[in-house]
Amino acid sequence: MDKILRVNMTELSSKIETVPTAWAGLGGRGLTSTIVAAEVPATCHPLGENNKLVFAPGLLTGTAAANSGRLSAGAKSPLTGTIKESNAGGTAAQMLARLGVKALIIEGLPKADKWYSLHVTKDGVTVQEESELVGKGNFAVIEAIEARLGKKTGILTIGVAGELKMTAANISVKDPDSKIRSHGRGGLGAVMGSKKIKFISIDDAGAPGVKIADPEKFKVAARTFAKALLDHPVSGEGLPTYGTNVLVNILNEAGGLPTRNFTVGQFKGADKISGETMHDTIVARGGKPKHGCHAGCIIQCSQVYPDKEGKYVTSGFEYETIWGLGADCCIDNLDDIAQADSLMDDIGIDSIETAVMFGVAMEAGILPWGDSKELLRLLSEEIGKGTPLGRILGGGAVSVGRAYGVTRVPVVKGQGIPAYDPRSVKGIGITYATSTMGADHTSGYTIATNILNVGGYVDPLKKDGQVELSRNLQIATAAVDSTGMCIFVAFPALDIPECLPALIDMLNARFGIALTGDDVTNLGKHILKTERQFNIEAGFNKSHDRLPEFFNTETVAPHNAIWDFTDAEIDEFWNF
Amino acid sequence: MNIVVKLFATFRNGRFKVAGQEHPAGTDCRKVMVSLGLTEEEIGVVMINGRHATLDQLLHEGDTLSLFPLVGGG
Repeated sequence: MDKILRVNMTELSSKIETVPTAWAGLGGRGLTSTIVAAEVPATCHPLGENNKLVFAPGLLTGTAAANSGRLSAGAKSPLTGTIKESNAGGTAAQMLARLGVKALIIEGLPKADKWYSLHVTKDGVTVQEESELVGKGNFAVIEAIEARLGKKTGILTIGVAGELKMTAANISVKDPDSKIRSHGRGGLGAVMGSKKIKFISIDDAGAPGVKIADPEKFKVAARTFAKALLDHPVSGEGLPTYGTNVLVNILNEAGGLPTRNFTVGQFKGADKISGETMHDTIVARGGKPKHGCHAGCIIQCSQVYPDKEGKYVTSGFEYETIWGLGADCCIDNLDDIAQADSLMDDIGIDSIETAVMFGVAMEAGILPWGDSKELLRLLSEEIGKGTPLGRILGGGAVSVGRAYGVTRVPVVKGQGIPAYDPRSVKGIGITYATSTMGADHTSGYTIATNILNVGGYVDPLKKDGQVELSRNLQIATAAVDSTGMCIFVAFPALDIPECLPALIDMLNARFGIALTGDDVTNLGKHILKTERQFNIEAGFNKSHDRLPEFFNTETVAPHNAIWDFTDAEIDEFWNF
Repeated sequence: MNIVVKLFATFRNGRFKVAGQEHPAGTDCRKVMVSLGLTEEEIGVVMINGRHATLDQLLHEGDTLSLFPLVGGG
């Protein structure tokens, strides 16, 4: 039966608990946010003993549903001070679900100056001391644990950034090729580091597996759902061919590609770092232009990028990373950006926060614009070694802006703004401003409708309809984030009428319940309100649902767009 | 009139990245699409001078027409 694993790092003990009735209908983000809101004092220090790190697979994770293998990680964020949920693919989610682990809750803080690891099996979770792998990069950790415990072991790990509690530190997950996926945003790696946990290993031998209440109904719904994913041109063709990096050219044409620390909306080197160029390069060098981040993914938006000799450089080479180190830092060398991506995987640092940080760092004069070689050196020699400069850089965009007196620091609630300029893509600006997570693009991905003509069209350069668009997407996303589904199922869900009903049918068949579309919407609303309440108690109010001042006063070329929402217009978002 | 046509992603296969083209005055985006051997079902995003446009919109001298298939990302 489903259980809660609870680890106390002060006592170095663990226990197995039954699932409270109130949590039975929750999973993924719905569950992590509910637990954090219920058990973490909103005013606690995120690196102190009262913060908790919660992992939860989704409601459909561990089933045969396509694209359902995502894991949610939640805590109070040391970067933003808000509640945080970050989800990632990789191997951990399905193993935990098959073991019947509904949530793994880690609380307390070790008294001794020692490091530990956790090991999860069908019998529960144990805490053991760890010294050999302390200070090692994530790739070395994965290799060593596979040698110790076997190639099938699931692994969650922090790199040097997490050990040193840098607020841009992420939590890495082993992917099916023993490479890396990331719980990127919000510094959750620092929370894991504060609890002195270097890695969590998972052995699902003897796992009971996931029970389906109505297997026949589930099979039919799963087939319909998978067909919708493959039929939609975005999930079925665009993403597997070009990955997310297809967006470079589209955003560049639309004038929404933030360039040179958000001063311009187009980049002269866009073609050199585009998805088209990346695809051609990968194919020419014998890499993999499509690749899935977890077993059962049929979208395959990831890729394996090799160097000129055909050797592995990185995988999961995302638009956000390439935009950030590329256009935002004025670098047009895709090979150097790929090298940086690999370094960030190994160091265990968020590629979005780090990219935005480097844009601020270049404006601060720490390194010249476009200097990819110095950027690589700063990553490996300063951040990777935890030097004082490295710690400032590893703190993210606000950390560098503050240390160097920079005013153009593109963040909301302390988190770096991703790859779409809010002045020329106004819908995503509302998401950045209002998301409970800080500046987060996936929490309400209006790009679909502002730029990509998915789910209709809302003009990105006008204010009309943006608040409603962001609200509807944020509510839907919070619900989808609870199912363990990759958010890219949203593309077919927005356009193909059978898709969302099939998802709901799978939930109903899995649990033997009778959810309706309204129930799913209400779940999303409930999650957002729970998260918002935590943030209010943590000291946040509407004055924090704003973009940095410079977006109100500086226009962005080529459309000379500006951020012109009034405070009252933005605050309308929460009227639901 | 002279326009610039930019193609992206799979639309480039067997065609081009950027090309200057001459079309009669009053040409709309749909006519250019057809002349390239593309169908309405394939079209994802149409932009004229960096702003979203419909296939019925008319082109003018010096315009840049950008055509994308249905693609997405995150």
